[in-house]
Amino acid sequence: MLRLFSLFFVLSLFWLLLSGIFSVLILILGINSIILCVFIARRMAIVDKEGHPIHLTYLIGLSYFPWLLKEIVKSNIEVAQAILKPSLPISPRIIHVPAGQNEELGQVIFANSITLTPGTVSIAHEPGRITVHALLNSTAKVLERGEMNARVCLLEGDTLPSFNGSEK
Amino acid sequence: MGSWVDLVACLFILTGSVFVCIGGIGLLRLRDVFERMHGASLIDTMGLGMIFLGLMLFSGFNLVTAKLAIILGFVLVTSPTATHALAQAALHSGVKPNVDDASQNLLDKTLVSERENIGE
Repeated sequence: MLRLFSLFFVLSLFWLLLSGIFSVLILILGINSIILCVFIARRMAIVDKEGHPIHLTYLIGLSYFPWLLKEIVKSNIEVAQAILKPSLPISPRIIHVPAGQNEELGQVIFANSITLTPGTVSIAHEPGRITVHALLNSTAKVLERGEMNARVCLLEGDTLPSFNGSEK
Repeated sequence: MGSWVDLVACLFILTGSVFVCIGGIGLLRLRDVFERMHGASLIDTMGLGMIFLGLMLFSGFNLVTAKLAIILGFVLVTSPTATHALAQAALHSGVKPNVDDASQNLLDKTLVSERENIGE
């Protein structure tokens, strides 16, 4: 029930930001479509931990996303350097990365984070393991260290895997 | 709006454009489908992100900025999904990545176990 209200709130915010018109007619139309959307979402039973993961907002926004941005910028610069060097110093290879997340949502976040980081693309997924195509040695090493895995596990509230962070 | 904000915005957009160019060069220089995907991901993370940051600074604090932020968020969520779909399509239509033997073995194993999972 609380999740329905939060969905209503988020959709209202979204409508107001996108329309930017505060006349009565538009607001009434907006609130009607929001109520319709919430109703349909409830009928489809998708307003749950997976469909509307509002409980992750705080953790993702304050701890995970800034760290991910930092990693993205770092590997962007590495990949850009590799592309621009005349010798093209790349070493493409396939690696298996353990994914310790319990829920599917966590695994989706992990796989998408891998793909979002330049230099690594997740190409296949099995329970507990993600197959990754890595472009450079350095980007593959970052994944093999397992810090990203551990951080996504933290999002789920697990106290799981210690990662080998000594190479920082 | 102070002129220094404009300057910073220009710098952001310039950096983003440079990264889009590098991504384009990468698309041409890299050798097979999977490597070229890395070049493309350069464009939609750093390139797009920097350009959008610059545009947000240009427009100041208003609804346009909010819309730009929302677009950026959607792109950051959807582009890995598209990349993954592309990789899966390439993999299952039999494209061999340009990698060493150990990696190729690993990939074959993955493909076999994936087929088994689908067959279940």
